[in-house]
This record gives sequence, structure tokens and C-alpha cells, in this order.
Amino acid sequence: MKKRIFALFLSALLLSTVLCACGDAKTEEEANGFGSDGTSSSGEPVNGGELVVGISQDLGDSLDPYQMVAAGTKEVLFNVYEGLVKPDSSGNYVCAVASDYDVSEDGLTYTFTLRENVLFHNGDTVSAEDVLYSFETCAATSVEADLVAALSAVQNISAEGNQVVITLSEPNAAFICHVGMVHIVPADYADQATAPVGTGPFKFVSRSVQESLVVEKFAEYWGTPAYLDKVTFKIFEDPNALMSALSAGSVDMANHLTIDQVDAIGGDFVCLEGTMNLVQALYLNNAVEPFSNEKVRQAMSHAVDVDAILELTSAGYGAKLGTSIYPSFGKYFDESLVGYYEYDVEKAKALLAEAGYPDGFSMKITIPSNYTPHMNVGEVIAEQLSQVGIKATIEPVEWETWLTDVYAGRNFDSTVIGFTANTLYAGALLNRFMSDNESNMINYNNPEYDALMKQAAASTDDAEQTALYKEAAALLTTTAANIYVQDMADFLLIKSGVEGYQFYPMYVMDLATVHYVQ
Amino acid sequence: MNVFRFKNQKERPESLEHKDSPNYYWVIGMAISALMLVLILVGYVWTPYSTTEMSGREKFLSPCLSHPLGTDNFGRDLLSRIMEGAGSTFLIALCVILIGGIIGTIIGSLTGYFGGMADVVLMRVCDAITAFPSILLALVLIAVIGMGKYQIILILGILFIPSFARVVRGEVAKQRTLNYVQAARLMGASHMRIIFLHILPNTIQVLLPILTIGFNNAVLAEASMSYLGVGVLPPDASLGRMLSESQTYLAKAPWYALFTGLAIVLMILGPSLLMEGYQHRKRKG
Repeated sequence: MKKRIFALFLSALLLSTVLCACGDAKTEEEANGFGSDGTSSSGEPVNGGELVVGISQDLGDSLDPYQMVAAGTKEVLFNVYEGLVKPDSSGNYVCAVASDYDVSEDGLTYTFTLRENVLFHNGDTVSAEDVLYSFETCAATSVEADLVAALSAVQNISAEGNQVVITLSEPNAAFICHVGMVHIVPADYADQATAPVGTGPFKFVSRSVQESLVVEKFAEYWGTPAYLDKVTFKIFEDPNALMSALSAGSVDMANHLTIDQVDAIGGDFVCLEGTMNLVQALYLNNAVEPFSNEKVRQAMSHAVDVDAILELTSAGYGAKLGTSIYPSFGKYFDESLVGYYEYDVEKAKALLAEAGYPDGFSMKITIPSNYTPHMNVGEVIAEQLSQVGIKATIEPVEWETWLTDVYAGRNFDSTVIGFTANTLYAGALLNRFMSDNESNMINYNNPEYDALMKQAAASTDDAEQTALYKEAAALLTTTAANIYVQDMADFLLIKSGVEGYQFYPMYVMDLATVHYVQ
Repeated sequence: MNVFRFKNQKERPESLEHKDSPNYYWVIGMAISALMLVLILVGYVWTPYSTTEMSGREKFLSPCLSHPLGTDNFGRDLLSRIMEGAGSTFLIALCVILIGGIIGTIIGSLTGYFGGMADVVLMRVCDAITAFPSILLALVLIAVIGMGKYQIILILGILFIPSFARVVRGEVAKQRTLNYVQAARLMGASHMRIIFLHILPNTIQVLLPILTIGFNNAVLAEASMSYLGVGVLPPDASLGRMLSESQTYLAKAPWYALFTGLAIVLMILGPSLLMEGYQHRKRKG
């Protein structure tokens, strides 16, 4: 559990360690053309070339696909491993190692047809036995609790020729997302942790701990091959070092930067703006006074001005949220919930008075101090709450303390944090608010919500399920379970002349589409 | 009773100083201290702007007429923030040297006067405390008792005891062998009377410098701890915390770091120069 949560928050870690970068006095913002994605190409893509990508943490844990813990490791090895299906940049699961799949009408039997002649990086052809081995090993050893739980519902898995048939004990509409997380590896290959072998567009070449990881184009890739010949991921644990390497030109690309870092950088770079894909909010402990009172929570929602928060902490960048779903979730995201609580100090005061707190109250906001963005947002929220008479003090804590006291111990008033999702399935973000869920940190207890979520999980009709999840998410908004803030902006700098980078709705860095232009 | 002291000081070479030149240390020290003191005292009752009110439109304003020191990353007036921050730093430093000074002086006087086993034990304890880097020790204690203004005062106060105890002990041990102490004893004065009425006033010459140094160290210690994020809690202003925040915007808003750092420097420089000036005055008689 702890490990998974650790992975979830690593994304925020990348943003958090923002220190000053020596700025080039001549930096002009116009030089950094802001685009929403990398699709606006200005030249013909060329094959070949090398790219050095700066990443901000060591791939400290195992490279084994089922043992990867850190989000940063998964992000990089997305280029090396694939499942039977894999997510694309719009969040749909498309066929990868499988060429086709079929789901029975009762939603219990999945039949995957393996693609012909898919090769592993070691030259062997992927066989049905490899797939069976992968599923069994993953179910037995994976560190992803969600995935293990989903795979535990697999009643039977068998291979018939080039077909793999999976039978579930109960229908699970999100099962295909989990299939995408089971990376296909060669059976009985023991060195995955140090020399990974997969089927992805890049093959692993070498790794030196705390320094770099090198991958090369896999020429025999089954799909559209990568453009780049070689990619080196260079590790810079010190953000200042990364920024100076970028300025000096020894690094061609870096992601998860803040607007301040982007502003400070010199050199010829293009800046792309994406989002962190997380739900940042002031999470309230719904079990303690006065947050157990729905009116208090609604009053607080009215007292917080999200536009001002974005303006003050990130120069206006970031996507506003109204509930526990972020925009990349596509069909589950309900735009109308954004701004459900308009900023209205008088209304907030009136609601507080109605709830029996006409003079406000004192509260603590516990925030892991290593996450500067969360700290900044917390500070602005504290100021905004003081306008309606709520005296909020900020208590910065160590990350480990946060995990034990706030997350596991649930001993807190409120906290500012971001929750991410492993899969693009609404349950990944919404399950945690069911009253009996072990991750229900905020002690949200709403029988109506529980019922909706159970109904949604049991539903096999996609449209109906989506509607139910949206309804559940709306319930979080109307009952003001938390004070929702934003999906934080995430900036990527890439050397001009390199194009094709695509943001994913999840925490991955796909380099297969990146190319130099003429 | 200051016979020996005067004799010693007369013997010091004063060739570098002209008898008539004004005491620059004293004048400049006075000016700086007065400036900071006015800022701090006024800051307790009034600041030009609210210290917490944020404004997106006024982010990173460079120094101008309405905001003489500019604004910070949340559009808060820097002068107001520095007044409040310097105020809390000053208060903490003052409390710290009061705690450390009073307890340290009492321990130092008693052990220096009576000596014996208690002296040996207490001085070794002081050695042990000083052997640790004080910031590190403070961080450990913070982890145990939690953070906040009052915790900082308590922790730093305790950590500052040895430095006072040690100096006072040495001076008292020296003084107790002098004739005036013997004379007082012969007249039947009690030990306590001798220590606190006869000897202690004579240690003022060594006590003043260490009080100044102690104050400066306390200012720095508080600023470092807030810089490391374990001192004064936001949204309260603190010079150390402001300095650590300003670091991110060094290129964008250099005045943020500059003025915050300057406030810390002035807070320390003022008393130091005053002390230096005071000693010069003394020397000239």
C-alpha cells in the first residue's frame, strides 16, 4: 500500500523540489513558444538522431516490470515494455501484443488473439506461453495492489494456438485497463531487474546507477518504429543541475518543470504544456468536527477562490477541477462541476453561520513540506479562509510523517495533496471515497455514494456505467467532500527542431513519436 | 573595586585610535539598531499593508513608491512582511538569550564559585552540548517536541545555556580569589550575597559581549531553522522562511532575497557595532 502511494506521489515530488535556476537575463518568454501539444509540426520528420532526456530521479528500484515502484521508473520503461493492449495518447486502450480481442456478452470471458511475429528484444518470438507466464508472474509478484486485486478475479487463463482466453469470476468493466498493465516478458528470463527485455519500440542497452539509462531503437518492432536511434535518460537529482545542463545544451529534453523553471531557462527550447494528471485538493477529514458538517465544507468551498490560487501559484496555468476526476479522464470528466461553488465570501459566511460557526473556527492544514506546490497552494487557501473567519495554520511535515499520520493514521484536520490514478478508469480515482475502502483517508461516509459506486462497478454497459460514475463524482461535489483545486500544469522543454512529443493522460513519457525535423 | 580592570585597560595600546575621532562604531551601530528597532516596534502595532493579504495583480512588483521594497510571489508587501518577520525573529532571539542568559549565568556563578563535583559534572554536560552542532541538535529536538514559535524559543534557549554558563563560570572563578571577595567574606556576607551582589556586577564586562554574540547567534539560528522549514509556521512571516522562498525567484525578483537578507544582516550588524563602540568608549574612559 505504502509503496503504491509512494509511487503515486512521485509525480508531485518532481515538481516540488523547485529551487532557483540561474536565469539568463536575456530570456524572452516569446522564445518559448507555448503549445498545448507537440502535434503542430513544421517540418518533415526524419529518422535517426539521438536525444538526451533529463529525468529528476534515479531509477532506484528494480527494472522488472512487476517490481517497478516509482512512477518515474514506469514513465521511462513505458518505452520498453508493452502489454497485450496499451494506452494511446488519448487514453484509449489499443491492441499491442494482441492483434485483436473479444469480450463475451456477460463480460466474463476475454479472448485475445496474439499478433503474428511479435519479437522480444532478445530476438525470440512472443508465444502464448510467454503471455501465460507473464500473467501468472504478474499476479503472483506485482507490487501494484490494484492490479493484483483485478487479477485475483481471473478464474482461468488458457492458451489455444495463438489465442489466450481469460475467464473472470465476475465482470469488471475496467479489466482491459489492467490487462494493459501486465507487461509481456519472455518466459523464464531471470534478469529483468537489471537487463529488461520487452516488446516495446525501444530496447534496453545499459544502465549506470544514479547516472543514466540508455535505450536504442528496436528495428524489428511490430508497429510503427521509433524515429530516434538512441535515447539517453540522464539523472539529475538536483533540479539546479538539470536546469544548468539544459541551458548548457547537454540535455535536449526535460519534463515535469514548473513555470518558474521554464521562465528562467535560456537557450533554444520549445515549451509544451500538459497537466500532471492528478487531483490536487484541500482534503478534509470528514470524520472530525467541524468538517463532518456538510454546510461547513460547502462554506469553505465558497470561500476558496481557485482562479486566484492558480494566478498566485502558477501564473494561471493548471486545470480547475470540481470533483475527484481530472480532464484527461475524458468521458468521466464533467465540465459542469468546475465552478459549482462560485467564489462568494458572503455566502460562505452565511453558510458558516447556519452551520453554527458564525465566528469561524481554527483548523490545521498538514502538508508534506517537500512538495513546494502543495505548500504554496496551502498558504493561499489559508489566507482565503481567513477572509471568512476561519483561522487556518499550516503544519509542514516530513513525507514519511505524512504517510503514517495523515494517510495511514487519518489523524489530521485537512491536507493539501494530489491523488493520481494508475489506470484511466473512474474507479481508480473514485473508489477511495467509498466508506469501507482502505484508502478512504478522508473518512467520507455517504451510503448513497457507496450504492452508486457498487452499482457502477457491477454494470456491464459502458454508457450506463459512465453515467453512474459521473453521478457519483457529482455527489462528491454537491456534498463538498473536499475543496477541489486543480490538476497542476506540467511543463516540458524540448530542443527546438525536435517534435512529435505527445502528452498522455497518465504518467508516461512516450518517445516513439519524437523525431527531428528537417 | 574595578582597580585591576582599569589598570589592565590602561596598558592596552591605543596607537591606532585618535583620542578625538568620533566613535564610528557607536554612531553607525546606533543608527542601524535604531532603524531596525523602529521597524520592529512599529511592526508590532502597524504595518503599511496586511502581511497576509495576497493579490495576483501585484505579484513580483519591483520596489516602487507604494511598495518601497516591492512585493513577493503572492503579491504581499515586502516591507510589511519584513517588519513582521524581523519582529518575530527579534522576539524569539530576545527570549532565547533571556532564557540562556539567566539560567546560564546562575549555573555559571554557582559552579564557578563553589566548584567541586557539581562543577565538574555540569561543565562536562555543557561540553557535551556544545560538542554537537547546535542546529543539528535543535533539529533533533524539534522532531521530538514539534515545531512552532514557542518550541523554538525553548529549544534554542536550552542550547544557549552552556555558552553563558561557561564564560560566567570562568570569570566568577577568577574573581572569587580576589581581595574584595575575601574582604566581603570576612565581613560575614553570605555566599549568595557575594555571588550576586559583589561578583556578578563585575562580570558585566564579559557578559555584555557574549549577550551580543548570543543575540546574533539566536537571530541566525532562528533564521536557519525557519529557512529549513522547521521554525515559524506559515502564514506567519519569518525572515528565514522568506529567504528560502525567495531563492526560487532569485532571477525574477532579486529584491525579495536582497531585502530579506539585508534585514537579517542589519539585525546582527547593529548590536555588534554597538558592542564594539561600547568597548571603545570604555577604553577611552
